[in-house]
Amino acid sequence: MDGSNDLQKVAYYPGCALEGTGHAYNRSTKAVGKSLGLELVELENWNCCGAMEVKNVDPKVQTYLSARNLSIAEDMGFDKVMAPCNGCYHNLKKAEYDLANDPKSVEVNERISAKAGHDAYKPGKVETIHALDWIKKAVGEEELEKRVKNSLKGIKVANYYGCMYTRPRHIFPEKDKGPGSESTAKPHFMDDILAAAGAENVEFPLKTACCGGAHSLSDSDMSTKLVLNIIETAEACGAEVIATECPTCHTGLEMHQVRAEKVLGRKTNVKILYFTQLLGMALGLSASKVGVQENLSDSRAFLKEKGLG
Amino acid sequence: MPIHEKSLIRKENLVENENLVIDGVDVSGHWSTFITGRSLTDYNDDMQDEIAALPGGENIHRCWQCGSCTNACTVNAVNPEFNPRYWIYLIRLGMEEELLRDKDIIWQCVSCNKCTYACPRDVVPEGVMKATAHWLELKGHTPKSPSTEFDEEFSGQVIKTGKIEESRVIMNFFRRTEQPLAQPWLVALIKGLAFRFPVFYLMRMGMAVVRRPRTRNWAKSRRAINEYVQEVEAANRAAVGAKGGH
Repeated sequence: MDGSNDLQKVAYYPGCALEGTGHAYNRSTKAVGKSLGLELVELENWNCCGAMEVKNVDPKVQTYLSARNLSIAEDMGFDKVMAPCNGCYHNLKKAEYDLANDPKSVEVNERISAKAGHDAYKPGKVETIHALDWIKKAVGEEELEKRVKNSLKGIKVANYYGCMYTRPRHIFPEKDKGPGSESTAKPHFMDDILAAAGAENVEFPLKTACCGGAHSLSDSDMSTKLVLNIIETAEACGAEVIATECPTCHTGLEMHQVRAEKVLGRKTNVKILYFTQLLGMALGLSASKVGVQENLSDSRAFLKEKGLG
Repeated sequence: MPIHEKSLIRKENLVENENLVIDGVDVSGHWSTFITGRSLTDYNDDMQDEIAALPGGENIHRCWQCGSCTNACTVNAVNPEFNPRYWIYLIRLGMEEELLRDKDIIWQCVSCNKCTYACPRDVVPEGVMKATAHWLELKGHTPKSPSTEFDEEFSGQVIKTGKIEESRVIMNFFRRTEQPLAQPWLVALIKGLAFRFPVFYLMRMGMAVVRRPRTRNWAKSRRAINEYVQEVEAANRAAVGAKGGH
């Protein structure tokens, strides 16, 4: 049993997307952690969180899936698990909330866990944090500013958080607690981190708009309209880059940026990068170390022009 | 007097006489606009209870029709016909025929949860939308939506192996919904990637096919989840009075 109670060493839950289309986020998150001297220990033998799909078959199956992951973190001796994917992060938080407040969820989790042959997770044992919480709280802006080698100065960024980082608010009891805490109406942790790295954040009203990620393929026309609105608004706000912190949002923006051009004839130029990619390059890592080559959209020329990577 | 709220009334319920004189007064054209009266008798008294019995629909009775959900709704901003507040109203009154007019768009809820965030009564309109779409399918009013096909494909893989593999979900989804995989935009996307990093991507794709991601020692979890899901599905069918498999 190893583990730790502070943020220098936390349990890491990458989830399925970070092993597939979101691999650049996985790579850049690990690279940033290493560069900042933070240790990530991957959950042993984790399972999928159910994303946005399993809950539509039955929400309590999703509760079990996340509860199993939380109990793995507990067994490994951790009291914090960090999930960079909004879907994973949201579902772990939701399971924590439901197990503390809904007796039926507790009953189903206990029943499936018993049959699966492991202890049922009890709420209050493991705190789920996002990659944004992790960097902001383990390092903080002051320290980040000192560590920046390659400032993002002059890069105009729209910070895009999506849906699952802030909604529904009742599953995030630590948010909206005044100065220092994250806001569900106007989140700012990513803005804070990238500002410390030198970026020029633009005023962007669609921080928590929806990209239609749940129906990215099953209702593509809707998703394309929603994404195009986000991208065109970011451009109208003067952004050159949309910074993301969720693999579903990120891939959705990239895919439907191409689809908007092919299907609707609307071409846009804003670049889409994970915040960990931007932060990593600011910390002096190369573009390939933060997985820029793994993004669907090609931002290499732009980064070169800005003297990054 | 012209009716200013004409846009709120269905065209077929508006009657206008081109030439009409009543008691010597010329009321031709919009001066004679009437809304045809109608009386409703076919209320479905069970509809609210049936939808409330499905996962997500539990709190529908709490709604007091403030409209915060529709005001906050992502899909409503794209398509004004998508109106959660109105559908909750219809369900609570049992106006099934009216609800069925919109049966083909209710599944389009993107689960952004802006409604749940805005709702002052904890109705969880997002859940109600999912329960309603589910109800429409169980009752046979609509075929399985593309969203349901995707959910089932995705969940099936999770339950089977503990993890998903994205390209497999995508391929099987296109097959299920009988769409060609070679969507022009998807082709453009993959071509762009393959052109930039051919070796890297071929290796990754090859790896995913050979080495399918899975959670170890998952068999017992799979059995336990399957058993539970079968129970829930039977209970859902019973709650809406549907017969047989779905």
